[in-house]
Amino acid sequence: MSLEVRATVAERRFDVALRVGEGEVVAVLGQNGSGKSTALSVIAGLLRPDSGSATLDGRVLFDVGGAGRSGVWVPPHDRGVALLAQEPLLFPHLSALDNVAFGPRSSGRSRREARAAGERWLHEVGASEYAGRHPGRLSGGQAQRVAVARALAAEPRLLLLDEPMSALDIDVAPAVRQMLRRVLAGRAAVIVTHDILDALLLADRIVVLEDGRVVEEGPTAQVVGRPRSPFAARIAGLNMVRGTRDGDGVRGPDGVRVEGLADEAVPDGEPAVAVFRPSAVGVYRRPPGGSPRNVLDVTITELEPVGEQIRVRTAGLSADVTAAAVAELDLAPGTRVVFTVKASEVTVYRA
Amino acid sequence: MARATRHVGLPRWVFVPAAVGALFVVLPLLAMLDRVRWGDFLGLISSDSSVDALLLSLRTSAAATLLCVVLGVPMALVLARTSFPGQQLLRSLVLLPLVLPPVVGGIALLYTFGRRGLLGHTVDVLGLQIAFSTTAVVMAQTFVALPFLVVSLEGALRTAGGRYEAVAATLGARPTTVFRRVTLPLVLPGLASGAVLSFARALGEFGATITFAGSLQGVTRTLPLEIYLQRETDADAAVALSLVLVVVAVVVIGLARTRATP
Amino acid sequence: MKRWIGAAAVVALLAASAACGSDDSSDKASSGSKDQTLTVFAAASLTGTFTELGKKFEAEHQGVTVKFSFAGSSDLVAQIQQGAPADVFASADTANMDKATGDDLTKGDPVDFATNTLEIAVPPDNPAGVTSLQDLAKPGTKVVVCAAEVPCGAAAQKVEAASKVTIKPVSEEQSVTDVLGKVTSGEADAGLVYVTDVKAAGDKVKGITFPETTSAVNTYPIATLSGGKHADLGKQFVDLVTGSTGQQVLADAGFAKP
Repeated sequence: MSLEVRATVAERRFDVALRVGEGEVVAVLGQNGSGKSTALSVIAGLLRPDSGSATLDGRVLFDVGGAGRSGVWVPPHDRGVALLAQEPLLFPHLSALDNVAFGPRSSGRSRREARAAGERWLHEVGASEYAGRHPGRLSGGQAQRVAVARALAAEPRLLLLDEPMSALDIDVAPAVRQMLRRVLAGRAAVIVTHDILDALLLADRIVVLEDGRVVEEGPTAQVVGRPRSPFAARIAGLNMVRGTRDGDGVRGPDGVRVEGLADEAVPDGEPAVAVFRPSAVGVYRRPPGGSPRNVLDVTITELEPVGEQIRVRTAGLSADVTAAAVAELDLAPGTRVVFTVKASEVTVYRA
Repeated sequence: MARATRHVGLPRWVFVPAAVGALFVVLPLLAMLDRVRWGDFLGLISSDSSVDALLLSLRTSAAATLLCVVLGVPMALVLARTSFPGQQLLRSLVLLPLVLPPVVGGIALLYTFGRRGLLGHTVDVLGLQIAFSTTAVVMAQTFVALPFLVVSLEGALRTAGGRYEAVAATLGARPTTVFRRVTLPLVLPGLASGAVLSFARALGEFGATITFAGSLQGVTRTLPLEIYLQRETDADAAVALSLVLVVVAVVVIGLARTRATP
Repeated sequence: MKRWIGAAAVVALLAASAACGSDDSSDKASSGSKDQTLTVFAAASLTGTFTELGKKFEAEHQGVTVKFSFAGSSDLVAQIQQGAPADVFASADTANMDKATGDDLTKGDPVDFATNTLEIAVPPDNPAGVTSLQDLAKPGTKVVVCAAEVPCGAAAQKVEAASKVTIKPVSEEQSVTDVLGKVTSGEADAGLVYVTDVKAAGDKVKGITFPETTSAVNTYPIATLSGGKHADLGKQFVDLVTGSTGQQVLADAGFAKP
């Protein structure tokens, strides 16, 4: 185990336990204010939790708050934890190369060694050609590459990435993401993001935070394929009805029942979720007759193009339909419609 | 009028009070220029007492500025980067000399470091003679100039924010390294302008000096004191020296401007 | 455009200044009645005595207010030369009065009404044990005098020259007040100021007189001014100062007769 941390910050209602395995990349997902950045600050040592402890590669980082705690608090510079923020935050008075050499220089290496390390890491992130430039003359993508090189050059035991792609233009993000995928391989890292692509491409495991608590965690494929929390379902692009097991389906808190296929044994009355893809949902003005379907009365809140389809959003559920269908049914926000989905398209499993 | 302006929508009337304000500052300077007797100018400003006063002013102001930097940078750091109970009150107290009449500052210094002051005995034991010495001038100047440095540097520190410093720390830099290699370079323009303001304030210091340090040629009589004294007998010399003071101040501020904006 | 802004600026400045200044509008408003204001410019060392005399003058002259401006004599002359509306000028030395008469600013000849001489002022406990002018020349004794440019400093130089004592002051101050300040605060061991200043300072300082002081007698002249509006009242005030009442008040404060 590389990192083990558990901490509470009362003021932010934050109470989170997190583990990062040897060479594992963990994606922390959650909405704004869910505590993602707090988690990073605590691990980096920039925020002192009210109580909690952390060890990194067997070394105690902190152990504070309450009786029986040793009171250890290792300052940020001594933790071996490097932080890559949303913005590159390159030191404006130093060239790209000197920025990257900052970490090695701070750890006591000679100027020559530090510069050599800097050149190596700039090469690694594909930014060698910018070595002599000052940050003011770098584009966002270039600067973020240099920032990655700078973080890695410090040779951290753990790398923290705080939404590293969110400040980048859409057209440069894929290349930076690809570069991160390469350099993060085999490295212990925590990446905070709200982009499912980051999680899919970079992370081995996903942790979902909600209101300062962990609500779901597991291997990336599992969380994306079988989400148990509404947030995970949403970023995975899936519809989810949470409730309790009721026969072959799930009964939601508002009485709605969704019939589906249970692929694991969940006793009646136990918490369960019913999950289905928006593309499996049919949209009608009035309930259709015929084959047994789940029929849900909903009100449209939003219409949004997704690829070649139009995503019809309601308070909790989405349906993907063609533009022609939208025109034919005359759909608009506020329109009351009926969503239908075949039971065979719905997966039911333990929440 | 030919140059394109980036800002639009500044109300036209703004220019009137702005021009009045500018004139209010510039006109008296022009009036003074008008009063200078250029024929005697060199003779007036090159008298022994004038040269002594100018050199003393430059020396003491430089020393006071140095002292302001040495004391003010840590003060600004503590004010900008930490929080503790009573910090707001402390900040107000530290900035007090900004609004205090300098004479009051001089009296306060007198009752602190004077022979019969709060620390007078200690100072005596240490074998220091502060009263009527150039040291007293530097102290008086530092007292009134320090807040200028603290204010402008604290502002620069707050504007720069702590994010670069946080990143530097996670890269393994110790606090001293962070200060030397990140904080200081980032706020260097703010520090420079603060130092220039301090120097200018020290150069113009009068009230605290005359109250605390006295007035003796070459020892404690700085240029402002010399001007005030010359006014008694020789108004022409006073005007000429005033012009010298203005020129020195303009040169200092001009130098700082060109260096702060590379 | 430029000229317009310049004009507007001047107008605005003048308007703002006029709104702040009191001017002599009170005089104009009361020109019909008997209320009159007599403006007296007097040397700072006369503050105590002239304030007292002003009250006596107001008591004797119904509806008359005496307004004083106390400052250094050279400042006052400069103001009078710039057209300050004063009726009477009392100087602490003849040199400054000469400036006023030289510019034809006085009405009639100035009258000498008092003299003042120097005295050594020491802190009450006299830490340096000063008893004579010669003691001031002792090394280690911190003496403060007025700068030669101001009247009390000029007097000190005369005394030094006459007595052949060379004082090495630690400071040459701008004014008597500054000298006294250094002595009362204990920063200096002794200072050279006027007899009247020592008297006015009460028990905060001790005065030590010395025979050589007679070599520098400071004479105070007074005169009415040609720029004044109340010639008669001004003359009457001068009479009060030079008369027995005025002389008594001045003598009480330590001034000698001319």
